[in-house]
Amino acid sequence: MLDNALWISVALFTVSIMLNLYRVAVGPALPDRILALDTMYVNSIALIVLFGIWLNTKTYFEAALLIAMLGFISTVAVCKYLLRGDIIE
Amino acid sequence: MIPTQRWLPMPLLSLLLLAMWLLLQQSVSLGQILLGSLLALVIPLITQPFWERQPMLKHPWLLVRYIFRVLGDIIIANLQVSKLILDPRGRMSPAFIEYPLELTEMLPITILASSITLTPGTVSVNLRKDRRTLVIHALNTGDREDTIAQIRERYERPLKEIFEC
Amino acid sequence: MIGFYTVMEGVIAFFLIAGGVFAFIGSFGLARLKDFFMRLHGPSKTSTLGVGCVLIASMCYFSLIEGSLSLQGMLITIFLFITAPVSAHLLAKSALHYKLARDPRTLDDIEELKDGEDDEKPNGENGHLP
Repeated sequence: MLDNALWISVALFTVSIMLNLYRVAVGPALPDRILALDTMYVNSIALIVLFGIWLNTKTYFEAALLIAMLGFISTVAVCKYLLRGDIIE
Repeated sequence: MIPTQRWLPMPLLSLLLLAMWLLLQQSVSLGQILLGSLLALVIPLITQPFWERQPMLKHPWLLVRYIFRVLGDIIIANLQVSKLILDPRGRMSPAFIEYPLELTEMLPITILASSITLTPGTVSVNLRKDRRTLVIHALNTGDREDTIAQIRERYERPLKEIFEC
Repeated sequence: MIGFYTVMEGVIAFFLIAGGVFAFIGSFGLARLKDFFMRLHGPSKTSTLGVGCVLIASMCYFSLIEGSLSLQGMLITIFLFITAPVSAHLLAKSALHYKLARDPRTLDDIEELKDGEDDEKPNGENGHLP
């Protein structure tokens, strides 16, 4: 049962990342693209955690934590750039 | 005796840092607790000049109740938003709402804006510079006044109670 | 004892699938809805809850196979729930700054979206330098 659930979940997250990729490519304005990238890193965290469950190891938690932090910081930095034309004033 | 304010400027932050350190280390041995406590004492002292003055937490237990209420609302919000997204005809009436704030301190306003974003059908968009108005985008509003009253009753009043009176 | 394991397995499977479905709905909304402000709703709420569900499932799983409470996933969950509204707010703010196109049904009679209003640089408050 767990195996099937794991595979269904992985499939759903993969499709989500594909949809985000579509929005990155099409998105008419810059904020659309940033939003799509933001969603993409959130989904990739879930994929990494699922991979960790599949391999039965907890090592990947640290990778997921790092991606969460870097993703948030980069989203904030890019938004700041859009808002002010400058990151550090 | 040295007043507590001097060497423990932000007790809540210190507690949070200690908890985070123990969670990261995945152990509660004596050494980790000592090291974590040291960090929790030193980091607030070093970073104190960067912080704005924090309002005092008057009723911590109400904060716990507030967190559980927001968690419950997050689940309801997700079911509602999912229904709206999956609606094949896409009937929606999005609107921008100007929400007049009663709160004045920065931290409660931040918590309020975050709760608004995470809960039913609304995203906080902009805090005007005078800190009096919060602009909200709602995905599907029947009546603006209704939404404002609901947010005020459900989130702002409890926050006001927790932080100010 | 077998009953307990079966129940836990069911709970974990439920959280895994619920997380996948929520994340899918969020991304579907991102791809389908018509204007930026509506698209913002999907990822900021639904995707966050989806990943939260998966992290809770993994926490349950590792607690179950190790026989001790494993709380590391909690850290990522809390971090995501704190940061998702912040990045959504910043994105919405930059979209307002660019005055992105809205869906024609939107009621948008606020002063930020009127023509000619200019968002000036911040003054000395809020820790920004002038």
